[in-house]
Amino acid sequence: MMASSYNAKEEDGHVAVPVGGTIKNKKPDNTAFKQQRLPAWQPILTAGTVLPAFFVIGLIFIPIGIGLYVTSNNIREFEIDYTGTDIDDPCFNCSQSFSWNNTRPCTCALDFSLDHPFESNVFMYYGLSNFYQNHRRYVKSRDDSQLNGDINSLKNPSKECEPYARNEKAPIAPCGAIANSMFNDTLDLYYVHPNGTRIQIPLSKKDIAWWTDKHVKFRNPGNNPNLTAAFQGTSKPINWRRPVYELDTDEENNGFINEDFIVWMRTAALPTFRKLYRIIQKKNNMTPTLPRGNYTLEVSYNYPVRSFEGRKRVILSTISWMGGKNPFLGIAYITVGSVCFFLGVVLLIIHHKYGSRNNSADIPN
Amino acid sequence: MFKDSPPPEEERRVRANDREYNEKFQYASNCIMTSKYNVVTFLPVNLFEQFQEVANTYFLFLLILQLIPQISSLSWFTTIVPLVLVLSITAVKDATDDYFRHKSDNQVNNRQSQVVIHGSLQKEKWMNVRVGDIIKLENNQFVAADLLLLSSSEPHSLCYIETAELDGETNMKVRQSLSVTAELGDPNNLASFNGEVVCEPPNNKLDRFCGLLYWRECKYPLNNQNMLLRGCVLRNTEYCYGLVIFAGPDTKLMQNCGRTKFKRTSIDRLMNTLVLWIFCFLVCMGMILAVGNAVWESEVGSLFQSFLDWDLPVDNFLFSAFLSFWSYVIILNTVVPISLYVSVEVIRLGHSYFINWDRKMFCTQCSTAAEARTTTLNEELGQVEYIFSDKTGTLTQNIMSFNKCSINGQAYGEVINPPGTQPQRLDFLSFNPLADPDFCFYDNALLESVKLGDPHSQEFFRLLSLCHTVMSEEKKEGELVYKAQSPDEGALVTAARNFGFVFRSRTPGTVTVTELGRSVTYTLLAILDFNNIRKRMSVIVRNPEGRIRLYCKGADTLLFERLHPSNHHLMNITTDHLNECAGDGLRTLALAYRDLSEEQWEEWSESHRLADRSTDCREDRLAATYEHIEQDMMLLGATAIEDKLQEGVPETIAILSLANIKIWVLTGDKQETAVNIGYSCKMLTDDMTEVFIISGYTVQSVREELRWADITLVTSVELSLFILLYSISGEFALVINGHSLAHALEADMEGEFVSTACACRAVICCRVTPLQKALVVEVIKKHKKAVTLAIGDGANDVSMIKTAHIGVGISGQEGIQAVLASDYSFSQFRFLQRLLLVHGRWSYLRMCRFLCYFFYKNFAFTMVHFWFGFFCGFSAQTVYDQYFITLYNIVYTSLPVLAMGIFDQDVPEQRSLEYPKLYEPGQLNLLFNKREFFICIAQGIYTSIVLFFVPYAVLSQASQGTGEPLADYQTFAVTTATALVIVVSVQIALDTGYWTAINHFFVWGSLGTFFSIMLAMHSESLFSIFPKQFHFVGSSQSTLVQPLVWLTIALATVICIVPVLAFRFLKLDLKPQLSDTVRHTQLVRGRLGMRGGSRRSGYAFAHQEGFGELITSGKNMRLSSLALANFASRHSSSWIDTLRKKKHSTTHPPQSASGEKPMRETRQTPHCGPDMSMMFTVCRYMS
Repeated sequence: MMASSYNAKEEDGHVAVPVGGTIKNKKPDNTAFKQQRLPAWQPILTAGTVLPAFFVIGLIFIPIGIGLYVTSNNIREFEIDYTGTDIDDPCFNCSQSFSWNNTRPCTCALDFSLDHPFESNVFMYYGLSNFYQNHRRYVKSRDDSQLNGDINSLKNPSKECEPYARNEKAPIAPCGAIANSMFNDTLDLYYVHPNGTRIQIPLSKKDIAWWTDKHVKFRNPGNNPNLTAAFQGTSKPINWRRPVYELDTDEENNGFINEDFIVWMRTAALPTFRKLYRIIQKKNNMTPTLPRGNYTLEVSYNYPVRSFEGRKRVILSTISWMGGKNPFLGIAYITVGSVCFFLGVVLLIIHHKYGSRNNSADIPN
Repeated sequence: MFKDSPPPEEERRVRANDREYNEKFQYASNCIMTSKYNVVTFLPVNLFEQFQEVANTYFLFLLILQLIPQISSLSWFTTIVPLVLVLSITAVKDATDDYFRHKSDNQVNNRQSQVVIHGSLQKEKWMNVRVGDIIKLENNQFVAADLLLLSSSEPHSLCYIETAELDGETNMKVRQSLSVTAELGDPNNLASFNGEVVCEPPNNKLDRFCGLLYWRECKYPLNNQNMLLRGCVLRNTEYCYGLVIFAGPDTKLMQNCGRTKFKRTSIDRLMNTLVLWIFCFLVCMGMILAVGNAVWESEVGSLFQSFLDWDLPVDNFLFSAFLSFWSYVIILNTVVPISLYVSVEVIRLGHSYFINWDRKMFCTQCSTAAEARTTTLNEELGQVEYIFSDKTGTLTQNIMSFNKCSINGQAYGEVINPPGTQPQRLDFLSFNPLADPDFCFYDNALLESVKLGDPHSQEFFRLLSLCHTVMSEEKKEGELVYKAQSPDEGALVTAARNFGFVFRSRTPGTVTVTELGRSVTYTLLAILDFNNIRKRMSVIVRNPEGRIRLYCKGADTLLFERLHPSNHHLMNITTDHLNECAGDGLRTLALAYRDLSEEQWEEWSESHRLADRSTDCREDRLAATYEHIEQDMMLLGATAIEDKLQEGVPETIAILSLANIKIWVLTGDKQETAVNIGYSCKMLTDDMTEVFIISGYTVQSVREELRWADITLVTSVELSLFILLYSISGEFALVINGHSLAHALEADMEGEFVSTACACRAVICCRVTPLQKALVVEVIKKHKKAVTLAIGDGANDVSMIKTAHIGVGISGQEGIQAVLASDYSFSQFRFLQRLLLVHGRWSYLRMCRFLCYFFYKNFAFTMVHFWFGFFCGFSAQTVYDQYFITLYNIVYTSLPVLAMGIFDQDVPEQRSLEYPKLYEPGQLNLLFNKREFFICIAQGIYTSIVLFFVPYAVLSQASQGTGEPLADYQTFAVTTATALVIVVSVQIALDTGYWTAINHFFVWGSLGTFFSIMLAMHSESLFSIFPKQFHFVGSSQSTLVQPLVWLTIALATVICIVPVLAFRFLKLDLKPQLSDTVRHTQLVRGRLGMRGGSRRSGYAFAHQEGFGELITSGKNMRLSSLALANFASRHSSSWIDTLRKKKHSTTHPPQSASGEKPMRETRQTPHCGPDMSMMFTVCRYMS
């Protein structure tokens, strides 16, 4: 390697010889930027700024927290586990005898009672535990362009879907582990009238998925209104009982744009999660959506969770502006606000007692 | 560079004018190539070089890992985008550098030179000049290659060259050709010259050359005196011819360039260690998660297989864990982001530009701005503990002025002027039209004595006008320009010129002098030149009357030994004068002459000729003959030259020592001069308890002296502990001589020397060689883990500058060698305080803050994945969107922290000069060390916990206002990412102490960019184009409208920031650092609008008494330093006079009244006083 410090200019002696004419050019510009004199705001942590900040945070957070807590407490939520782990559970039998290809669905019914009426719209969720929808291999196991209606991807599912991409040469639609493991229990809710009659509660399956998912992200392949033809040559996911174009009879809710399917495809962040199943619309202002009383949940038990020690729940919940029941946020806000306030007080005391520069215009120390 | 190099040369054979013969040896041509690449090789070579960096290879490795689908936890572009960015930035920088190298190479290679081809001169480009060519050089031209001088236009075939570019010496040197080739003369003869040179292979020894010329059956020895080296400039010679011996890369200039030693800062080293630790940490995290994966896969995953099969090659949980380890290595790699190194370089570059742009470091006189020649050392400027300074040209201006003289026992030059009046400058021009108008002298008595025709005075100046090696140039009648070997000599000849003995011109055999208006030409019989051993020079001249006289000037000690015995009395008086002058910090020379008879001359000249001709031990034999004639001389007098201090040196030194920087002066000067300069620049003060002087010649004596100093130090430490005196180390100083230093630096005494010397506030090493300078620096580097800075201006400082952590070159008068070797250069010593206390301090502060924040933000960012691992089956699923991961470091968070790293200021520049104590945190390495690093890491990990678990706790149960749950993966990712960006932005806002418009722009801009990029990436239009790539469609839109999400983000932010805020406030309130206090005071003062009184309150921060009063009062002598009275500084002379008067009046009461000139009187009497002479004996003994 040759000398890198050598420079012909230096050999010429240009460096050493200042030329009279260049004096002006050589002097650095007198700009605020180059002289590091840019006007600047120089904040400094003083008792005058920090302590009020603590009190202000405290004063803002505590009321918010109380508000959140109260709101959350006003939300009605009811949860029922129907996994059937215990021999006494109504669904125990269903959970024991299981096969994906069972043609005759196993049904079971759970009775429960609500102590308080649910006034506004009630949202019905199914919840799964110990189900790793956030596992890397699971999360990536889908083909978004297939789900977006891309014909090419429909026939040639992405590698990511492996090993759920093809079923004996026929491409699987929808491919991938997520779609394959779609939740397929059917849940029906009955109000048991005090006089003994069972009234089925109408469950709406509209608007349970994100708008963007339903209208942008998921599309049926082609512009063919006949889904059977559109999905010609594809195979149903291995675990499914029916092909994707038979998910629903409603054309607006069939194929890839079936909302139950879309909801399932929006993977959960945590292994215990809930997904919106149905909405119980409020009928009128006079009667509560779900009056207090006895109910029966009828489950067509298709989805196996016992093999991986999972749990299945049904959650009924009303909703406020801040969503469902969420006591944590309110408590957290109250706690953090109180801690800030308390810290402010403590710091104030420390500052008064030991603070070394209360009026430090003069010399400290 | 990549060519096969021929086997190393053993000897070089060059035949003049015979290209075919010379081509056999494949000698390098004169084409130089300092560039590394060309258009074709650039990409491969540059990439090859870049991938030699460990970091880059590491990222390449990660990239390859990511291509394995079973491992890939991130898309390939998350690594490749930053990597390509980094590589291309570096490549662009390298390419520009190389472009300029190409340009300068071309410029040099295309210079014209005249080559003798077939008897005529032809123009050739430099690069086409071959070894063996004969080329013609003209005056003021650069020498194109290393040449053997064949003949020149000047008599005796002499030619003069300036070697400033080569060794930094500005004086001219003489080269002479062999007498056989000198006769060749014109191109026709030269073309037929076919001598063959056999010489040593190319090497880098500038002062050595040995070879033989074979020509016409004879051989002639060649040495360095016959060589003209590339890089020199021909001066005062109309033309000359030379034979190219070494060309291009073989020249001594190029051989000397060498590769510059790469310096690293301590932060760099620390950073490398930390990065290594982080890698270990990364591996640990990976292991933990891999174990987790193994457990999960065996306990849970195996049961979950009906929903989620293992990937194809995986058949058991151990293999899965192994893959998971690598997957986690990939996603956790962002703890050491590739952008770290680039950002650090960018920040340093910015700081370097600020140094270059600083108008307060611009010297108006010489129109030179400060220059940061390396851009990699800036923050180390804020950590300097030891400064090693050269004296001449660095502390002093290297401008010599003839100040005083002693002629025949009579002292001249001292002028007492009534207080308040300026001394009257003598007007020389009226008396002597040839006088130099810039010359200042104030004592009229000397001029009068010359005018009156005092023979001693006249002889004195005649000597000065004759005995020198100055060259004169007279472009116009009367407009003389002297070119002197050393500034001393120039000053002396100029003095003689003004006093009427004008040196006009010289030829090799004559010297023409205008003596008091009468032109006299002396025949120059011999020059007995100066060298370091002789320390004197003589000329032997014959005046027009035919009388032969030897004039000699030299160091007093050596000259006095060679005086005729009759001079004894005069010698004593002159010695007194000399001591006095040395006490004033002046450089002295004694002058003497000797009359020679014709026979003596004949006899000596014969012996001289013999010695000159001798081939073996020529130097020694010449020295002996010189010695022989320089005997029995008659003393004429002595001269005293003032070595002017540079502007602001004492103030700078005072401020630097207040900043706890220890200053060592390493000088080649003699002890007295060095100590004097030490006093005059306030390195040594009379407040010092003791100044140890170590000047022993033997190991034992040096050891004893060191021991004694040590004991004194230790006892005083104990003593002062008893009486609760602080600042013990400040009270001592050490002066050590070069010959003692040689012993002190021996292995067994080294430690002792360092401990003693470092306990002293100031250390002066005098009479040290360049090598010793470097050794001293090396020793301190070895024993004290401290940052050293060496500052110097001459070629003799180069070794020291290269050895020290930071080398500073003074771009002054002694050439540019030091500047070329340095890392920073400016033209005035006083700029050092600004470089260190302002730029260095800021750089250090900024770099530390930058690093702290940088590690913090990356840990906060990355560790979230670790916590998520426990909830996603250790599957290496990322928390964030992959685009966010790609852009986080290079877009969302890089600019605010860069702005802070470049612009941040804690206190304004005036304050850091006002309170030098502010410099201390850097020396103690307080702002970024392992402890601080762990704090940052801990803070980062804490933030990551908050950032993961707060959204976890809130979102797991929550649902949107429309009922859809919020706990889906994409909402969670958006929420966490937004919270992260907001938290780190708030944190940088807290960290930034100096909010310029740029900071505002970057901080707000980064936040804005984050939101706009995120919204764009989640938009429907992008999704419709690439449905596979942007599967987060609609996430941010539906997430960020949820009040709950914002409440979560606010909660997380507050939980992250409040503890930091409380902690910082407590620290500020209870244990404020000096900078905090200053900053606070500044703020309060700014508010109250009071600017006055800052100085008074300022020193309160310094915690100990400053030098301020001393500097302003200027008194600096006290009894404690009486032992050094003969070194007394000029400022204190009046004070010393009163003391002497007092002493004297007690011993010899009547004498004090007798003098008509009180000044003269008091200046002479003390030397006769017994107490004083005893003191001097003490001094002599000590030295």
